[in-house]
Amino acid sequence: MALTRVLADVSVAGTKPGQQHRSEDQGEALNLEQRARVRRFEEVFVVHLDAAYDYAHWLTRDERNAEDVVQEACLRAFRFLDSFRGEGGRAWLLAIVRNTYYTWLKRNKADALSVSFDEETMMANGCELADLESTSGSIDQVLQQQDARRLINGALDQLPEEFREVIVLRELEDLSYKEIAAIAKIPLGTVMSRLARARKLLLQHLQRA
Amino acid sequence: MNCTDSRSRLHAYLDQELDLPGVLAIDEHLASCEACKAIFARHFALQSGLRKHAAYFTAPATLKERIRGVIGRTPRWQQPRFQWFQLGAAVAATALVSWIAAIQYNAPPEAEFLAEQVIASHARSMLTTRLADVSTSDEHTVKPWLSSKLDFSPPVTDLTGAGFPLVGGRLDYLDNRPVAALVYGRRQHVINLFVWPDRRDRSLPMQSLSKHGYNVLHWINGGMAFWAISDLNAAEMKAFAEAYAGAK
Repeated sequence: MALTRVLADVSVAGTKPGQQHRSEDQGEALNLEQRARVRRFEEVFVVHLDAAYDYAHWLTRDERNAEDVVQEACLRAFRFLDSFRGEGGRAWLLAIVRNTYYTWLKRNKADALSVSFDEETMMANGCELADLESTSGSIDQVLQQQDARRLINGALDQLPEEFREVIVLRELEDLSYKEIAAIAKIPLGTVMSRLARARKLLLQHLQRA
Repeated sequence: MNCTDSRSRLHAYLDQELDLPGVLAIDEHLASCEACKAIFARHFALQSGLRKHAAYFTAPATLKERIRGVIGRTPRWQQPRFQWFQLGAAVAATALVSWIAAIQYNAPPEAEFLAEQVIASHARSMLTTRLADVSTSDEHTVKPWLSSKLDFSPPVTDLTGAGFPLVGGRLDYLDNRPVAALVYGRRQHVINLFVWPDRRDRSLPMQSLSKHGYNVLHWINGGMAFWAISDLNAAEMKAFAEAYAGAK
């Protein structure tokens, strides 16, 4: 920065110091400030773009929509950059991705909300098995199958959104309960109960496969 | 602990959200309860299946470029003007490369082999129910206990002040001899610090190694060989080793 300033001074050395000089100097400073922000954005958020995209993809289950959500989220993150303090850039960005997703959902898919998961209904429909102890199929056998990948992703895909997102944040992003709670804006206990329910549903689904 | 307690903590256990005593209590219960063991095993299988097979969608390069464009970024390599941070980055990169090179070229095959043993020992200690033979954060209990079982006296310091509380001590076997294993905690992570007298009484500055998801630090000082290992990140491991070395 010091050197840049010197170069700016040298470049106008032939002209007399005056109005023009001062405004160029100010422009330079502004430019540097902007660049510093962009650089900070790269360091804090762009490094987590894969995480943001993966999360968005599991939320939207669509490439194009995931890209739109991530791009919008990055713009928001950039705007709020100055209010971001210190650590946890990934969790912060993921929280913004989540907010952006729900805004996007309301705007684009008003009808999609109507199929939102209702735990009560699902239990009433008998989707809930009595107890895990009673399930006989072996998860190990399922995972050793040739198409384990397809089965796992299919099972994840079928999970209701609330459960899919906590599982993705936990198992794919390796986030702690505290971080997940902050991102999904739910209490710690709810994080755990959703994870428990998600795993139960996944096991049921896979053991039926 | 009964089955209800154990199952209510299944997910916290699975997600490494329990403290060390909590983990040990569950391990103890699982060792004697087949029904709970089966449930835990099924959940472990699901967890590793998910981590292994679930699709991880990486952001397309075009998206990155588009975002950079949108926030008004011209790629750094197109900026002709010299910037001090670039010099800083270059210096840092050079230092990092030479540091990594130093690690890679300084490590003799013997150390490589020992590192494998240390990793195996650490992994084994995480699988068994007895992480520590003597479980206390009191260094004045751990040190005499280890000294009485070994032909040397390892330096033992509780590092609670630095955020690495001493969990206990254990005997282990490495480099064809009984060694001291000091167990430290950091959040839900466990650090094993193996200590034994170096055969050739050498001295070695701190070296680091990353393997199988573990971070290993090794140094020899005052005739003692130290191997610290954990699944903690490299920065925190370094902080640990510095706190330990500085406390003596």
